[in-house]
Amino acid sequence: MNAIAPISAGQSRSIISRFAVPAIRCAGCISKIENGLSDVPGIMSSRVNFSTKQVAITHLPELDDDQLRRKIETLGFEAQILADNPLSEEKGSTDKLIRALAVAGFGMMNIMLLSVSVWSGATGVTRDLFHWLSALIAVPVIAYSGRPFFASAAMALRYGRTNMDVPISIGILLATGLSLYETATGGAHAYFDGAVMLLFFLLAGRVLDGMMRDRAREGIGALLKQTAPGAMVLDEDDKTRWVAAKDLLPEMRMMVAAGESLAADGVIISGSSSFDCSLMTGESEPQPRGKGDMALAGTLNLSSPVIVQVTATGEDTSVSDIARLMDEAGQHRSFYVRVADRAARFYAPAVHSLALLAFAYWMFAGAGWHQSLLIAVAVLIITCPCALGLAVPAAQVVASGALLRKGVMVKDGSALERLADVDYALLDKTGTLTLGRPTPVNLEDLSLSQKQITLALAQASRHPISKGIRSGLLALDIEPAVLDDIQELPGEGMTANCDGVKVMLGKPEKSEDHLSSQLTVDGESVVLQLQDEIRPDASEAIAKLQTLGLPASIISGDNIRSVSLVSRTLDIPAQAGASPQDKVEAITRLTTSGHKVLMVGDGLNDGPALAAAHVSIAPGSASDVGQQAADAVFTSESLMPVALSIKVARRTMQIVHQNFALAIGYNIIAVPLALTGMVTPLIAAIAMSLSSLIVVGNALRLNGAAN
Amino acid sequence: MSGLAILIPVALLMGLSGLVFFFWAIRNDQFDDLDGAAQRVLIDEEDEPS
Repeated sequence: MNAIAPISAGQSRSIISRFAVPAIRCAGCISKIENGLSDVPGIMSSRVNFSTKQVAITHLPELDDDQLRRKIETLGFEAQILADNPLSEEKGSTDKLIRALAVAGFGMMNIMLLSVSVWSGATGVTRDLFHWLSALIAVPVIAYSGRPFFASAAMALRYGRTNMDVPISIGILLATGLSLYETATGGAHAYFDGAVMLLFFLLAGRVLDGMMRDRAREGIGALLKQTAPGAMVLDEDDKTRWVAAKDLLPEMRMMVAAGESLAADGVIISGSSSFDCSLMTGESEPQPRGKGDMALAGTLNLSSPVIVQVTATGEDTSVSDIARLMDEAGQHRSFYVRVADRAARFYAPAVHSLALLAFAYWMFAGAGWHQSLLIAVAVLIITCPCALGLAVPAAQVVASGALLRKGVMVKDGSALERLADVDYALLDKTGTLTLGRPTPVNLEDLSLSQKQITLALAQASRHPISKGIRSGLLALDIEPAVLDDIQELPGEGMTANCDGVKVMLGKPEKSEDHLSSQLTVDGESVVLQLQDEIRPDASEAIAKLQTLGLPASIISGDNIRSVSLVSRTLDIPAQAGASPQDKVEAITRLTTSGHKVLMVGDGLNDGPALAAAHVSIAPGSASDVGQQAADAVFTSESLMPVALSIKVARRTMQIVHQNFALAIGYNIIAVPLALTGMVTPLIAAIAMSLSSLIVVGNALRLNGAAN
Repeated sequence: MSGLAILIPVALLMGLSGLVFFFWAIRNDQFDDLDGAAQRVLIDEEDEPS
């Protein structure tokens, strides 16, 4: 017992941090990360979640997130810090639905068991006993599993509105009340089976819908990159303190260390460094910035510390301007949602009045209140738009599941609807048509020891070219050399000592191409050439898009030379030097001329265009702005998923239309039957379930659509 | 008929225990990382010399 106390004391001080590690691919990665981290002092435990590609680390508060991230990176995995899981609350709602579904399933099966014996002719005491037993199971089950519907209906009624959950709730409560009355008076029919079955199938639809949302959100969340949450601010008396991004004020002086991104726009007042502006411009080349130059929020300081005087914060920064543009562009999209809402608002009152009319008519016709109520309940249940409600989400869940297995994450169902009717594709260049990361092409020019030195130097730098060299060498299983005194010279490169010999990896002495690097060992130098390669099957994917009826063109913020290179290789038209506004205008122009535009892009500069386009797709390597703005994200290196998702989306819409036809056809046949009193609540519930099952079964045909 | 007095409670109890087990599994995050569980089988753990 004594051993437990110190552990729990330690655990009470420990905190859990989460990291997204997209590179986890196999069991080897899991054990490498978990075993590697368990040796680090201060880390109590680490657990890899393979499905979400996340690592949860329980550690002492002394270790901060950035140190932990570096620990994971030394194990050979790129990692991103995840903020406190903002999605956990949303996930909880699906968990609740799954529990309700499990309870309803339990209730349904047991009540069915009892009902079958009643139908097959149980009479007298046995029937009463079985009815009582059914009631005993059904009442708690309905009270528990019905909560999502009752709560939503009560909420709608409180605000004087009505939604789909109101007729469902009334139908279930009426059927239950009626059955209790029948049971108590020893009547022949009880409808607990119908009520619980209805709940079960409705919940099944909701769970499917909720799971799809969760999965899409998780996938995006795992890929989200961290943005600067704040900055170290230098006070008047030269003391530093941490200020959160939202509390930053103009005129404050931020100290930005190498490797940090800026939390606000500003002017550099001391020091000089190079900045990774790829978020803003889409260009991979680092921009040198010195005293007096502007540095924008969201850009990454690459080489040396600078002091930046804040000029604009929060909503006034250039990043926020772009975000606002995106927000406005995204607004007219909600049109589809509004139409669906309005349809539901009209449908629910129609269901109520139909049931009420049926009740009134049969009372008037002299059927007695008991019979009239039964008919009204049957009408309520049979008009319940479950099949109609399942028609769309079921197809979308299956289709997005099939796409997810192919590496495409669709964020919401309406994206599939919109993907199905695009007829023009606009593609960004950097990071979309190309891989967006330079890869070395002539590594074989280096000897083994040179490779080892290069790797050790490249590992110490955050420069995009260094990263490219590093991943190229790591792929060859090179072990880094041991170097002393590693230094980064801003704008020049990395230097170090290797066994007393000066080594350097940096800018080539004579080369115009920025995508090259030079290794110098003891005065002798080798030039490394790098290339931002076009995605492996880009031209096939574009040909495929064309056969699907989507002409494609390039729109890029990059310079005309590099754009025309890609344009010529792929043989499609291109527009170079486009600003974010230009891209939005190009889309608006196409839209007003009647096209439905698909935008494929990755950078922050594509954000507004991604939001303005009819539908948009971003690669998994995209900036978080790009990923948030896009409707779908694909994770593979190939561009094929873009064409594939359009194919699947079109197939999905076919199935959705079929499902609509099935569901509406069912209502057209069943509602008159219910109104004429030919259907008992039980048959209504069975018919309703059957129509739902047919719709779900039809949707399952999409499972193979992505193959 | 007297068999029912035993069989029905037994059936209900079995159903309930399944339900309880399912709730326990959800609460203990058994469904959090389904793919990971499949991969972890393949990890060779170094056995402690005994």
